[in-house]
Amino acid sequence: MRVYVTAGIALKALRRNPMRAMLTTLGIVIGVGAVIAMMEIGAGASTALKKSIASMGANVLVIRPGTASSGGVSFGAGTTTTLTPEDCQAILRECPAIRNASPMVRARAQVVYGNRNWVPNAIYGTTPAYLDVQDWSTLAEGEPFSDRDVLNSNRVCILGQSLVRELFEGESPVGKEIRIKNISFRVIGVLSPKGANMMGHDQDDVILAPWTTIKYRVTGTSLATTNQSTAATSDTVNTLSNLYPAAQPSLYPERSSVQQTNNPMPVRFANIDQIMAAANSSQEIPLAIRQISEVLRERHRIRDEAPEDFNIRDMAELTATLSTTTTLMTNLLLAVAMISLVVGGVGIMNIMLVSVTERTREIGLRMAVGARGRDILRQFLVEAVVLCLTGGAMGIVLGHGGSQLVRLLLGWPVETSPAAIATAVLVSAGVGIIFGFYPAWKASRLDPIEALRYE
Amino acid sequence: MELITLRGIEKTYQMGDISVPVLKGISLAIRQGELVALTGSSGSGKSTLMNILGCLDRPTSGEYWLEGQEISQLSADERALLRNRKLGFVFQSFNLLARTSALENVAMPLSYTAEELSSSEVKTRAGEMLCRVGLADRLDHYPSQLSGGQQQRVAIARALINRPPVLFADEPTGNLDSRTSEEVLQMFEQLNAEDGITIIMVTHDPKVAGHARQIIRIEDGMILDNTAGRPTPQTGGVTP
Repeated sequence: MRVYVTAGIALKALRRNPMRAMLTTLGIVIGVGAVIAMMEIGAGASTALKKSIASMGANVLVIRPGTASSGGVSFGAGTTTTLTPEDCQAILRECPAIRNASPMVRARAQVVYGNRNWVPNAIYGTTPAYLDVQDWSTLAEGEPFSDRDVLNSNRVCILGQSLVRELFEGESPVGKEIRIKNISFRVIGVLSPKGANMMGHDQDDVILAPWTTIKYRVTGTSLATTNQSTAATSDTVNTLSNLYPAAQPSLYPERSSVQQTNNPMPVRFANIDQIMAAANSSQEIPLAIRQISEVLRERHRIRDEAPEDFNIRDMAELTATLSTTTTLMTNLLLAVAMISLVVGGVGIMNIMLVSVTERTREIGLRMAVGARGRDILRQFLVEAVVLCLTGGAMGIVLGHGGSQLVRLLLGWPVETSPAAIATAVLVSAGVGIIFGFYPAWKASRLDPIEALRYE
Repeated sequence: MELITLRGIEKTYQMGDISVPVLKGISLAIRQGELVALTGSSGSGKSTLMNILGCLDRPTSGEYWLEGQEISQLSADERALLRNRKLGFVFQSFNLLARTSALENVAMPLSYTAEELSSSEVKTRAGEMLCRVGLADRLDHYPSQLSGGQQQRVAIARALINRPPVLFADEPTGNLDSRTSEEVLQMFEQLNAEDGITIIMVTHDPKVAGHARQIIRIEDGMILDNTAGRPTPQTGGVTP
């Protein structure tokens, strides 16, 4: 017997009792609907979760110069002066796995506003890309500085929340002038609060400024010197430093801060303290590390067997958290989906069994006029599959509509996934076959004589 | 020519340890174009014989020749095919599919035939059959919209859609009043006379049996009387 004839018979049989057919499919409709809605809402939640973990810096790679040593004395990590801003640009240009990268210069200095002062945790000289790398792009107030500010070494800065609290006592700092080592900076923006990082450091206790400004106007030194002493931090402002003189002897006569500001010392080449790079996703981190080290080895002309003069570090702990969370979410969603589909399938089986009993005489009649056992089996199986597929289609519409409603009313993140829809269709057909088989098999095994006599 | 020949048909049901013999060696012959009545009191085994004749059941032993083919030992699928091609059934309770039009009811057996018919051919054939039983204006009616006699005529049309040589009728008038019974029986006689279809009716009603030319009486699993070859008896009674 041809398949479409069987499908026709099944459809007619279902149309003969639309109410029952509808109630039967309801199980699958709700099952598939729940699956689709769960998948879409869950995928949205999962993405949001991933994003928020990523914003903690899971995708960030830190590239620092290697260790300098002299006469067997190592100066610790980040003491060579080999990283340049051009390295940063090359990484951005030549590593497809890198989303963004920013060079960084660090300083530690006293910041003064009016009669208040504060020494922030860090003064970072960087580019606007830093905000993107750190997922920090939305400012609480004001504007970020621009690439033009970086090129011109403009004296502008963005303050972290802790500085606003300490220096401005709640009043808006935008447009005000603060002084860092007697160089005045105009505050053009305020960072949104970020809180402490995983090690407990206050991430809001920070000032961001163009790296050229920090490098040439504020410190004029590199990490190599700041690491080793407190001299660079406050040599002219803090008189206490005269009691504990800086370990570094000056080669040239000390220039006044006014001289320094007016004529920044040209440096042979600008070295930076570190590069922050953000990978496209946590999966691409190993790839990104490989690409960066290739680019840097080439740029630094390091032979294949020679050790690298830089370190690349990723946030392994965060990345691990990220992948566990993702796996957990996926499995949870899958479990919920399976339960709803099994419940729906059992409903289908129930009704199909009732239907077989109810239609015993019809089965007997069909057998009497020449239907073979397998014709009956196929008819009931097709009926179950048609029910499940119809239910599946309705469930997809319902589930998708439901998740869209959730998105509109509750504002939850939702992600439509074609894979989930395809799976739902396949699974609902599968449920139809699996749970429709037993009743269909039962029907096909009926004795036509008994079936015809059945009341 | 003999259409149906039974030789020593026995049927025994196994009820746990006890075996219950229902048919105890039935031998008979039915010629092509006969109109046969199978009568007997209830429990006599006439329904069992009918099931065996209708290929719904297999005899425990004995031979069953239908159109020169020995069919007592066919498999279930082979018997289904045989029922579809060579046998038609009419039941006491019509057994029409509810909420299905008369036309679709009649066309139903065609979906189990081996030959491929287009849906328009199926419709034409079912429509012709319904015209044949005088229901040309009831093609799209549901069984619930038809009278008992009309329903039985739809059932007859369904039984004849595959043009079988034999038509089995199990108490065809059991659910009908005497006037419609008469109509249905006249239709049987007409089909028998005009198309030469062999009709085998099971009935306990002597009036119905009176329409038959050959009457076989079963009693206690054996043939009590077979009028084959005798002159046609008068309507109204059968003398053993």
